[in-house]
Amino acid sequence: MKRSLPLFFAFIVGFIVLLSEFIPHSPFNQIVSTLEGWFMIISGFAILLGQISLIRMNTHKIAHRLPNWQYHLAGLISFALMLSFGLLWGMRETPGILGDAPGIQAWLGLKPFDYLFDNAYLPLSATLFSLLAFFIASAAYRAFIIRGLESNLLMITAIIVIIGRTSIGTMFTGWLPENLQFWHFPNLADFIMEYPNTAAQRAILISAGLGIVGSSLRIILGIERSYLGGDK
Amino acid sequence: MISIMNTIGIWLAAFFTLCIFSFLYKDNPFYKFAEQVFVGLSAAYWLVYIIYSIMVPNLFAKLATDFSGNIILLIPAALGLMMLMRIHPKMQWISRYPIAIMVGTTAGISMLRYMKSDILQQLTATMINPFAADTPAEIAGNLLMIIGTICGVYFFYFSKKQEGVSKAVSKVGIWFLMVSFGATFGYTVMARISLLIGRLDFLLGDWLHLIK
Amino acid sequence: MKLSVLAERRIIYLVLFVAVALPLLFPIGWKTEVSGYTQMVYDLVENTPENEVVIISFDYDPSTMTELQPMGEAMIEHAFKRKQKIIATALWPMGVQMAEQAFDKVLKDYHDKQRGVDYVNLGYKVGGMVTIQAMGRDLKEVFPTDTRNTPYEEIPLLMNVRRLKDIAWVSSLSSGVPGLKEWMMVARDSYNVPVTGGCTAVSAPGFFPYVNEQQQLTGLLGGLKAASEYESLIGRLGSATTKMDAQSIAHLLILIFIALGNIKVFAAKRRKNK
Repeated sequence: MKRSLPLFFAFIVGFIVLLSEFIPHSPFNQIVSTLEGWFMIISGFAILLGQISLIRMNTHKIAHRLPNWQYHLAGLISFALMLSFGLLWGMRETPGILGDAPGIQAWLGLKPFDYLFDNAYLPLSATLFSLLAFFIASAAYRAFIIRGLESNLLMITAIIVIIGRTSIGTMFTGWLPENLQFWHFPNLADFIMEYPNTAAQRAILISAGLGIVGSSLRIILGIERSYLGGDK
Repeated sequence: MISIMNTIGIWLAAFFTLCIFSFLYKDNPFYKFAEQVFVGLSAAYWLVYIIYSIMVPNLFAKLATDFSGNIILLIPAALGLMMLMRIHPKMQWISRYPIAIMVGTTAGISMLRYMKSDILQQLTATMINPFAADTPAEIAGNLLMIIGTICGVYFFYFSKKQEGVSKAVSKVGIWFLMVSFGATFGYTVMARISLLIGRLDFLLGDWLHLIK
Repeated sequence: MKLSVLAERRIIYLVLFVAVALPLLFPIGWKTEVSGYTQMVYDLVENTPENEVVIISFDYDPSTMTELQPMGEAMIEHAFKRKQKIIATALWPMGVQMAEQAFDKVLKDYHDKQRGVDYVNLGYKVGGMVTIQAMGRDLKEVFPTDTRNTPYEEIPLLMNVRRLKDIAWVSSLSSGVPGLKEWMMVARDSYNVPVTGGCTAVSAPGFFPYVNEQQQLTGLLGGLKAASEYESLIGRLGSATTKMDAQSIAHLLILIFIALGNIKVFAAKRRKNK
């Protein structure tokens, strides 16, 4: 019951969705439309579940004074602050429980939620990912070594694309006559992206697409059950 | 007052930016602090938007304005609450029902969409007349496209051992994949550098006012 | 002088930092050429008649805003120039703020544009492909209100818009899943609405196969360079264009690093063979 009924629901729902594609009339279109609306609401609760897990994990680390617990406390405080600001006064155009906070906006310039977003969240998010630029430079120096035919192909293509997608490529080969424009770096880079790259990516898309169709069918037919979790 | 708060905000942003950049020297308390603050802010942001963008307009507001007309919404609300039972080890089995409905819906939609977009449309786009092009470069490109797609797809066929002619076809597929990976590396370099440029633009322009 | 791995790494970081900072402080003003993919995006917006309603979906977060925000601002400006009506949506929660910031920036030059009449921000919805499919059937069911809590039926722009087929084109600016691919799969392949958009340079190679005769995607803006190309097409000196000099110098530096790395390995091999 605990496993077979959910599998049956997955089958019914998946089957109705598939059927509605071929019979887009009542009642199938209405059932699928209702399912789609419910999907959004249930997804919202799923994200709420993730937040609750995060809070539990952090409070556990703080309560048991595990290593680096002070940083988790800082994380929890920032969570509470942002959540309070958002719920009480809302964000940008959306009013909160206590309205739009015109008084606070008068001296802050923005709502508190937006102020934290612009001056804390945004720089943190952007900077964390900008670290990757340094790592890729380091990797280019240490790991990008010519070894055989395949790595040569990779290297040559990468060099053409790296040069061709900047102003330097335009300058290097901008002097070429009309009949040799194919060898102009930006045109060469575009050729590589439009033909051999597209061919390889298309092969990956087709193969992965076949895999997804297969695994979706396995889920609907109940052959694939890993999403149900352990046997309890 | 607004300009003072604006300046404080920029300095706060610069502080957090430099905290993250300090990781490049080595892991340190400033980086760890900034990392956890980011996690906390991110989680709160998601929660606030879930409440105001989905829970309120698509569920609670509808039930509040017309309860009898929207009574069916109690079903997804109940399913959502069942999802939250995942927290309790003994009650986890209850969450299987909403998960099954979500997985079933996604599987059904994905199967159809991927079948059309990633298989049928891509096959159609490959079945072209390679010689119906204006320039020799385009004809060569079309031929490369057809050969590359067929050899690439064949490379991913693992159900039979590839030897002899099939190994040669697979090898050509690998070459095309290598060209694609090289192009992807080139674009990845572009992407990562762009992100760094954005942060330096903020530090040098908005914070230090060195950029005119 | 033999340097440790750690010292070498720190020198690389410092050199990259300086190489990117200098062109920002002292701009060079190099020109870039427009690629065919960017031209396709431009032509789609340019050839759409006035008063048509379009969707720009902000499916990214601040971590990729350097590449995607200039695209969003440029597309909003182009649509405003062509007198099209814009619906902003988001499949990522941070996209709502990104959309508001983009509108704030462009509206400084378009004071006559009114919220609710010329543009509206419908906000964020979770669910990805399933949500887009629901939008295809009934937009009002998915977005009962906009971000100001104004009911759907009270927004003038949305008077004649009930589902995706009423939209002239959809542009998704995306940095992952859900995003451009999901919009293409549902809006284009199911409902035949033209789909275009932008993505980070990392994901661009994977999207090129969709720019085909079937027009699964009508052009593609891939990365910061494409954003600067689009800005040059609409005659805007935006943030992407000013950053291209730094991008070019950094690319040159990466090539130098690759060359130095290979020289180092081959020199070590030769020493070992001797």
